[in-house]
Amino acid sequence: MQTPMAKLDDTLVRLGGVEKSFGAVKALVGVDLDIFRGECVGLVGHNGAGKSTLMNILAGVVAPDVGQFLIDGTEQRGYSPSGAKSHGIRCVFQELSVCPNLTVAENARVFHPSIRGFGWRRRAARLITEKLDEIFPGHGIAPSSLIADIAIGRRQMVEIARAFTVSDQPARLVILDEPTSSLDAQTAGQLLAHIRRSVASGLSCILISHILGEVLTTCDRIVVMRDGTVVAAGPAQAFDRARLIAAMGSAETKAERTTGPKAGLPRDGAPVRVRMRPARQQGDLELIAHEGDIVGLAGLAGHGQTALLLETFAASRRRNGRRNVTAPVAFVAGDRQSDGVFPLWSISRNIGIRSLAALRVGPFISQRLEDGLAGRWRARIGIRTQDTQDNILSLSGGNQQKALFARALASDARIVLMDDPMRGVDHSTKLEVYDLIRKEANSGRTFLWYTTETEELTNCDRVYVFRDGVIVAHLAGADVTEEQVIQSSFSGAP
Amino acid sequence: MSQAVVALFRRPWIWSFVGALFVWLAAVAFTGGTGAGGMLTAALSLAVFTVIVGLGQMFVVTLGPGNVDLSLPANIGLASAVAMKTMGGDDHLIALGLCLAVGAGIGVGMVNYLLIRALRIPPIIATLSASFFIQSIDISYGRGLQIKPPDGFADFTNIQILGVPLLALIILVFTLGASVTLHRTIFGRSVSAIGQNIRAARLAGVRVDLVRFATYVLCGGLGGLDGALLAGYFHGANVDIGNEYLLASIAVVVIGGTSVAGGKANVPGVWGGALFLVLLLTMLNTFGVSAGVRLLLTGLIIVAVVTVAGGAKPERQ
Amino acid sequence: MQAAAAASRATDMRRMIRAMLPALSLALVVAAIAYLNPRAISYFGFTLMLNLAIPIALATMAQMFVIAGNDLDLSIGPFVGFVCCITATLLHDTPGLGVLALLGCVGIYAALGALIHLRNLPSIVVTLGMSFVWQGATILLLPKPGGSAPQWLQDIMSVKTPFVPFPIVAAVIVAAIGYFGLMRTSYGAILRGAGGNPVALRRAGWSLLRAKMTLFALTGLFGVLSGMALVGITTSADANIGNGYTLLSIAGVILGGGEFTGGRVSPVGAVIGALTMAMAASPLLTFMHIPPDWQVAANGAILIIVLAARVLITRRDEAL
Repeated sequence: MQTPMAKLDDTLVRLGGVEKSFGAVKALVGVDLDIFRGECVGLVGHNGAGKSTLMNILAGVVAPDVGQFLIDGTEQRGYSPSGAKSHGIRCVFQELSVCPNLTVAENARVFHPSIRGFGWRRRAARLITEKLDEIFPGHGIAPSSLIADIAIGRRQMVEIARAFTVSDQPARLVILDEPTSSLDAQTAGQLLAHIRRSVASGLSCILISHILGEVLTTCDRIVVMRDGTVVAAGPAQAFDRARLIAAMGSAETKAERTTGPKAGLPRDGAPVRVRMRPARQQGDLELIAHEGDIVGLAGLAGHGQTALLLETFAASRRRNGRRNVTAPVAFVAGDRQSDGVFPLWSISRNIGIRSLAALRVGPFISQRLEDGLAGRWRARIGIRTQDTQDNILSLSGGNQQKALFARALASDARIVLMDDPMRGVDHSTKLEVYDLIRKEANSGRTFLWYTTETEELTNCDRVYVFRDGVIVAHLAGADVTEEQVIQSSFSGAP
Repeated sequence: MSQAVVALFRRPWIWSFVGALFVWLAAVAFTGGTGAGGMLTAALSLAVFTVIVGLGQMFVVTLGPGNVDLSLPANIGLASAVAMKTMGGDDHLIALGLCLAVGAGIGVGMVNYLLIRALRIPPIIATLSASFFIQSIDISYGRGLQIKPPDGFADFTNIQILGVPLLALIILVFTLGASVTLHRTIFGRSVSAIGQNIRAARLAGVRVDLVRFATYVLCGGLGGLDGALLAGYFHGANVDIGNEYLLASIAVVVIGGTSVAGGKANVPGVWGGALFLVLLLTMLNTFGVSAGVRLLLTGLIIVAVVTVAGGAKPERQ
Repeated sequence: MQAAAAASRATDMRRMIRAMLPALSLALVVAAIAYLNPRAISYFGFTLMLNLAIPIALATMAQMFVIAGNDLDLSIGPFVGFVCCITATLLHDTPGLGVLALLGCVGIYAALGALIHLRNLPSIVVTLGMSFVWQGATILLLPKPGGSAPQWLQDIMSVKTPFVPFPIVAAVIVAAIGYFGLMRTSYGAILRGAGGNPVALRRAGWSLLRAKMTLFALTGLFGVLSGMALVGITTSADANIGNGYTLLSIAGVILGGGEFTGGRVSPVGAVIGALTMAMAASPLLTFMHIPPDWQVAANGAILIIVLAARVLITRRDEAL
């Protein structure tokens, strides 16, 4: 066969100039991407770069606004989740897509419409068990267990194994979004080995991961996304960690960071603002934050950092919690939709809610004071809007996030808890907020800052690394490097 | 001018008033114009009782999905008995009777929230269970109760000024107060915040438990007040006196433009909804339709209004 | 590793107690009756006490299907009453029309499911409105108590089974049908999954609209069966006949271990819960000499006690 034909035959999926917006937020601004048969493509980029939207388009959950979408060289119209499945495109979503009230086997059935009729439970159980045995030998998961009753890591194993099972429809492209986030090192290794084996037998994979090491070792090709578009692509050998980080767009962060003053060591002289221990912590490691501290909470996602922030918040609201949290607290949510934004309200009201007591004249909230507060912070933090009376959802994601920062910083809180607050925030906004945080810290505010973006930790004076719900390391000053943090979050030792 | 009209028609509550107007016109057209004014006076007198509980229910519904007080009918029944028994036909005891009726309602609200909080059961079941208790208390407490309200109290609930019931004027002032409470106080803001996103509200420093407690107590207290006034207006307490206010209180809230998804309350709409419902019944009565048709149409109209008003939009993926 | 194993054993233990709770509450009620009136524990006694258990069990099953989809049907009581009236009038006089009317009822339920899904409406408000519709229709159809259940229906409901009273046999059959239908069929798994994680179902390519319509249609179907069974026992109908069924059915589902959200329901538990409610609702209270005034309160109390027990058993640390 001639080469051009073969080349064409090898293209499984082709995206050309794909765009997608959610309201005012542009998630994708013209993405070109080809996936060939029998290759593993690594997809990297910061949160909000558009990776998940791209994946949702391939899964048929989200339809692109503009652009070309071909599978096997055929343009896709009216593409839906079942269309994706009939083309053999499978997804493992970051937030789990298994039903907690069903058993492992029943969840396999949900994925395979063809498993029905007499003996379906047995067939579903066999299908999922065989795949689990193949990918994760010694997994210890019974097909009759309810998902709700098994640990989060095992749920993820079930979901991954399910994506690789084959009944009547083929599996041709498996997309894995942060598949190792809840897996321990050994099972993660088993998964990566399985990906290599599958790719060798002709399957295609897309691996989305923030752990650059596993992307570099597992993938044939790497695609880097930033601000809704592909900014770099090439064979994996052409990249190393530094080049990936540079392409993802954090090199500038490092350069500019040095402009901020950095205190470095624990401020033993300043009063202690927060003293907390994770519930399951043994030994004498505990989190201590002094006045003016910026304390980072690091480690892999979901290893107890948010839980500790919530405990700190709860302690501040309890009378007997005042011993450990000695000043008023404000919370900056990272998951804006579920933890932060009040969607029916104006920008002004969203900012004012944390400071209502101070905005009163007599018993009544003064609109003038509230708007004044919002106006001051719009200028100070650079919220891009004509009018603070507009609905909060008229803002882009990054500006909504700024409003949430304004809510916390405008309040009387001396301690600010930040729960991975930079998700979906564009680069320039980040730099502005970093500066603001440093200024506020210098004026005596304390920050507890959980972030999944390891480079961000270099803005912190000190860092606590979490693993399995407990603190495993305490890094300060020059020890706060990406390598140290990653090493600690895997091995548990600093 | 036309801009003002356009703005007016953008308000979600305007439709309830437009509906009420149409229903009234239909009834008047049927009678050929006779009794048009009397119809309005009667409608105002009756609508007041729905407005009182409707306001309470509005605050509860605004707390978010699943929040609803199903104990109002039982609450009203008990409060009417408490008021009549306390007053005992004596004009001097009117104030005390009113206070105790409101107190009984507040007690019901407290029990409701205690069940919701301590047992972590959805408010529907909590308030429904509570209502069975209250109903039993009422049945055994108010057995064979035939005490008439004191004349002064009965007269008070029936006073009219130029065809406008005094009670309606008082409740109108009270409604303005509710509006200010909703929009301009920390309590009102907190209710709206909780209704939009309870988790975000807690993290933004809203005292969620206190506010929810206060809301259920407020609703209970208003139910108690309503019971006492109803007993005065209808010349006596009765276990079933509050029965129709279960659906009516929820219906006026929904018809009036308050979002059942929570967070968005609408005070004027409660009046519009109450007038609409009362006038709808008046119209159906004028047409001489049977009780069956009346129930059927009321139910269908409520379903239709909810459908048109719609629920929250599905979240984006 | 040991700690994890112990934790998982504790979870298993809690889960088992939880699963046993419906049966335990039933046993408790039976024990109380046996203590108060030993003669009631007999073939004849159970037949009498469980007289109305079949329609209650069917109504509970109906309620269970909507709850599986995270909804609630506040109109099931008036609906059962409406079905009673159709059965005692149309089905008796003109069977063809009666069957059509009953099928139409199931169709209306399916349409309600579609409406609730498509417009994203709160099922409480919609079904509360529908309860007025059913009441109105009932009064129109049967203004005064009366009518007569078809003879074949009366015959079915008064069957005498050997050794085990008919209501118990019927309850076992209803539970078995519900169990196989919802827990063992392949589409039953989809229906439950739609309540557990709708997003996951949609991502897997299933139609949530179809699932919701199916759940509501099943509610309508079992509501129809409940009304027919009820009028088969009482032989004639009146407009208020189904009034208590809304609460009884919700209580039965919850007593049976169901939860309002997350698609967690149990058909077997629901039937056990319905039997518990049927016995607790009046026989137990009569034997305990609770005055009629307080029987309503006692029903509420039983519900609250069971819910409280469940909270105690399954208390988890609640994340904020």
